[in-house]
Amino acid sequence: MLKYILKRLGVAIPTMLILIVFSFVLMRLAPGGPFSSERPLPPQVLANVNAKFGLDQPWHIQLWEYMVGILTRFDFGPSFAYTDRSVNDIIAQGFPVTFTYGTWSFILAVLVGCTLGIAAAVRHNSWLDYFAVGTSIGAQVLPNFVMAPILVIVFTLWLGWLPGGGWRGGQWPYVIMPVIALGTSYMASIARITRSSMLEVLGSNFIRTARAKGMPPIRIIVRHALKPALMPLLSYLGPAFVGMVTGSVVIDVYFSTGGIGQLFTNSAFNRDYSVIMGITILLGALTITFNLLVDILYAWIDPRIRY
Amino acid sequence: MVLRPIRVQAAADPVDVDDANYEVGTRSRSLWADAARRFFRHAPSVVSLVALLLVGLFAFTGHFFAAWTNAQVDWSVLGQVRLKGMPSFETGHYFGTDDLGRDLYARTVQGSQVSLTVGLVGAGIAVVVGTLYGAIAGYFGGRVDSIMMRLVDILLSIPYMFVLILLLVVFGRSMTMLFVGIGLISWLDMSRIVRGQTLSLKEKEFVEAARAGGAGHLTIILRHIIPNLLGIVVVYATLLVPQMILTESFISFLGLGVQEPLTSWGALISQGAGTVMYGTLWQLLFPLFFFIVTLFSFYFVGDGLRDALDPRDR
Repeated sequence: MLKYILKRLGVAIPTMLILIVFSFVLMRLAPGGPFSSERPLPPQVLANVNAKFGLDQPWHIQLWEYMVGILTRFDFGPSFAYTDRSVNDIIAQGFPVTFTYGTWSFILAVLVGCTLGIAAAVRHNSWLDYFAVGTSIGAQVLPNFVMAPILVIVFTLWLGWLPGGGWRGGQWPYVIMPVIALGTSYMASIARITRSSMLEVLGSNFIRTARAKGMPPIRIIVRHALKPALMPLLSYLGPAFVGMVTGSVVIDVYFSTGGIGQLFTNSAFNRDYSVIMGITILLGALTITFNLLVDILYAWIDPRIRY
Repeated sequence: MVLRPIRVQAAADPVDVDDANYEVGTRSRSLWADAARRFFRHAPSVVSLVALLLVGLFAFTGHFFAAWTNAQVDWSVLGQVRLKGMPSFETGHYFGTDDLGRDLYARTVQGSQVSLTVGLVGAGIAVVVGTLYGAIAGYFGGRVDSIMMRLVDILLSIPYMFVLILLLVVFGRSMTMLFVGIGLISWLDMSRIVRGQTLSLKEKEFVEAARAGGAGHLTIILRHIIPNLLGIVVVYATLLVPQMILTESFISFLGLGVQEPLTSWGALISQGAGTVMYGTLWQLLFPLFFFIVTLFSFYFVGDGLRDALDPRDR
């Protein structure tokens, strides 16, 4: 087990370093420095600004400082567009919003998806089954950026039940649509995965034995079938998490929730490189850590995994 | 499994084989002819294929029928798009106009071109690079394999969407950069799949025979391994096209994709979605229709191909 964890860390850590170096090199390759604008600054001012941000140092020292800053102090440096704010301030402002509705989406997707998948498998070839299969195909071609406008048309424009955007400190009418728009496609994928693995488990010998000895169907599902059926789901949680983190960018932009995705796109338009890099690296680190945790959890729970 | 009849050579055994009868009863069928037959028997796949051809036709010949170009502004509707920019044949705006008074039909045609091209090029890169990379890693095995696949693992765990946006921001938003960015990531999964298949293929007798016959490594990979991988590569490539289109649309939706006056489905959906509040629904629905039809069709064609090429179903 320890060997497996070390091996996985052996991939995760270089990935992280590559991501940092890659973003940094990209920023250095960018045509024009962060302070070159249409109105050229006086040379002395430019030199002062460059000195303030450490841009007059040789680039390997800059890279080293940047990496040390991130890894030891969790400091992503100053923002280039907003001189009075650091990247950390900006992230701290947007992250809680994204985290709130991201978590709700995740919970919703897993709970509803599992329930739908299990129900579809237990009632195989019933209308419920067809409904589950139908929605999971539909959700494949309805990504979050299509889902979001459709929700707004229905619930804001036609029914007038929910506000079409904004956040207002996370009051529930403002949270509902982001959560649904972000979670639907993952809910459908989870339902599909759960359904097929549940079908496989229900067809296996130990379930037949349990049924033969007269165990009530509910007990069979809860006590025997559930655990092995949910195993494949665990390995999907990694990609699902990644997808949600990425998808939140669209949700933030479309619903103007002020989350991290909106900050990301705003910085992309402002060419605020340090913020883009900071968010890329932060989300990259989250992704890598989450995948690592899921992998380890999977190996720990499933004794059939060899490591 | 179909038991392929062994073709008896008439010259070798002319006595008891009635050659003419034999030909009529059991024409030998190739894998591909067999797959095609099964594919065309499956109605959803055929319908999807036709739909895809129509979308393709629309994208690449649609501009011949347009009354306006995609960058031209119809000044008469500007400012009153909601009232005068409706889809109509009289004004020549078959799909209406967008918020700036540009003809939505011409823009949808143009956006379809961009989206389809991105999808096909992305999948094309994946096929070429991924197949070669995976086949080489799987064929040589050992240390070469573990180094090559470790690299793929590392690249796969990078949140590529953000890196892609970073690339587009730093080097400017252009088609070329989009292709480079998508090309960087699209081949990773393909190489994994191909490697897995190659691992089992290289143990087969025909590879051994080729080696015994003196074929070099490159020849074996190109002439013996890769042709046997084509089935799975085709299926996966078909499923990869919609993923590439989705990726591009995602980036365009954020306004970080191709630059005006060029557009794509994602950008059109984004603009349409931004104005639904003003009651100009057609601006969302027309691009969305083509987008959804295309994605659906690619998934169905991919599924159909997978079923058709699956040797277990024969």
